[in-house]
Amino acid sequence: MEGAAILDRLRARFGAAVAETHAHRGDHTAVVEREAIVDVLRFCRDDAELRFDMLSDLTAVDFLKFPGREDGPRFEVVYHLYSLPHGHRVRLKVRVDEDDPVVPTAVPVWPIANWLEREVWDMFGIRFDGHPDLRRLLMYEQFVGHPLRKDYPINRRQPLIGPKT
Amino acid sequence: MAETTRREIMLGEGSGTGTGQDLKVGMGPAHPAMHGIIRIIADLDGEIIRKADVEIGYLHRAFEKDCEVGGWNNAIPYTDRLNYVSPLINNFAYASAVEKLLGIEVTERCKYIRTALSEISRVCDHLTCIGASAMELGAFTVFLYMIKAREFLWELVEDVTGARLTISYGRVGGVKADLPDGFEAKVRKAFKETREVLDEVHRLLTGNRIFMDRMVGVGALSREETIAYGITGPLLRAVGVPYDVRRAAPHWAYDRVDFEVVTQSDGDNYARYLVRMAEMEQSMRIAEQALGTMPGGPINVDFEGRPIDPAAYVDQGKQGKTEGLLLVPLRLSPNLEGQHRREWNRVNTADKRVALPPKESTYGSIEGLMNHFMLIMEGYGIRPPAGEAYFAAEGANGELGFYVVSDGGDRPYRVRCRPPCLPPMAALHRMIEGEMVADLIPTFGSVNMIGGELDR
Repeated sequence: MEGAAILDRLRARFGAAVAETHAHRGDHTAVVEREAIVDVLRFCRDDAELRFDMLSDLTAVDFLKFPGREDGPRFEVVYHLYSLPHGHRVRLKVRVDEDDPVVPTAVPVWPIANWLEREVWDMFGIRFDGHPDLRRLLMYEQFVGHPLRKDYPINRRQPLIGPKT
Repeated sequence: MAETTRREIMLGEGSGTGTGQDLKVGMGPAHPAMHGIIRIIADLDGEIIRKADVEIGYLHRAFEKDCEVGGWNNAIPYTDRLNYVSPLINNFAYASAVEKLLGIEVTERCKYIRTALSEISRVCDHLTCIGASAMELGAFTVFLYMIKAREFLWELVEDVTGARLTISYGRVGGVKADLPDGFEAKVRKAFKETREVLDEVHRLLTGNRIFMDRMVGVGALSREETIAYGITGPLLRAVGVPYDVRRAAPHWAYDRVDFEVVTQSDGDNYARYLVRMAEMEQSMRIAEQALGTMPGGPINVDFEGRPIDPAAYVDQGKQGKTEGLLLVPLRLSPNLEGQHRREWNRVNTADKRVALPPKESTYGSIEGLMNHFMLIMEGYGIRPPAGEAYFAAEGANGELGFYVVSDGGDRPYRVRCRPPCLPPMAALHRMIEGEMVADLIPTFGSVNMIGGELDR
């Protein structure tokens, strides 16, 4: 299926819940309202024409210092979906504010979301509502802050944690 | 009842009554059979793993954060250290993601070089994976044979890039330098040796009773679960899904070479081993075809005019004696210092916003010098228009994706690497739960965890 047709299908099914769609360099993107994201993901997975059976990647971007986006919603959670039967891709995004950085979890749809959402929580401090086990993935438990946020200085040092003596 | 007795001998009196005396064992972070540093906390019931929790992150070194502080090309050395067994693929995949964002095409010859060198790297990766996991099952000979073969291939990599591991050979818009003279013949010779090694290993392992007892039916994952966990690469093909980025969305020159996507159906460790063994042969086929049909022909080193020493060249340029200098060929090592203009232009894009000019132009003409400056100076450099792009390449472990976001500046706003070995590691507990502790070792080996790309 062509990228534009995928976006049309999503708009036709979800209407206003698909806030915005665009295409850049051959990648097609739909920005989805936060409340609808799990329904959209499930529809993408189960719909016979879309059949996005694989969650390729789940990550986030912090727009704190992006020219022109400083005041808007700070974070975007980005889902890359791939369909093995049809061989097409789509990118879905959810925008979240700094004050309320919570997104419904996708773990019931794809189990791989478990680790990927843990990484996003670890790196960006975005929480996933309903996640069964939202621990840090790459950093250690005692680490303070979320290092991929744009206001986390790159040269900040934190004490190394060793075994308790 | 016999089992209860055995449990009591192992764990003490009363342990067989199911009163929750399960043993918790932490394996790692530093364990001889862990290919990097990870930790598996397993709840054991006798020898059976009931529940496992996999902890990663011990090799986290802020790859994605580091990429945001330098120019677009500054991230290339960091990508070397993602999958350090096949770093060339990471280099090229990252460069291609930025090229997609810029909307530029690289030269045909560059695409063929990327294809051939990626395949050589893939063979290195599979050799290491199979060799190391065979060693952990006691087949030390296989490990030595395979490392010998990998040595032949790393010599090829060294010939092209000047380094063996941290090669930094890719560039946005091209590659660092053209291939050295006589490279194809060297590749054919190394492949001949590698094929002999593979043949020997086939005779040692495929069908070997001890090896098969440890591998067949162990660590299996169903087709549905493999897909739901987003697993790609040899592990996905071992359950019978013929998904290969090289075939599904051919990048570089993969649409012009002939190869098979190898699949197996069982999804256990043995199927993964067979897929990797067969893929190495396919990779060598691709590399041979790419080198054999490479556009641009052999490198002609005979130039008209006398080549001069680089130091003298730079001196004259700095003194302003640039008249005629542009026409004099420079004597440079083909892989360490730079290249002659002719080869340089052949492998790098003509887009002056992206690729550095060849050294002759930099030192020999004011236009070249300005061009060089505009790409090197702080605040200038490569500036992709604001936007985002996701590029997927077939890494040795599966789909290697780079998601790059630009705000229009000279530094990446965000670089995200989709590590191909993270999904299988997330599913590792599903592969080992319900099996024996000793089965963890071949299963973990077949996942081919690479700490560099897993933890970034």
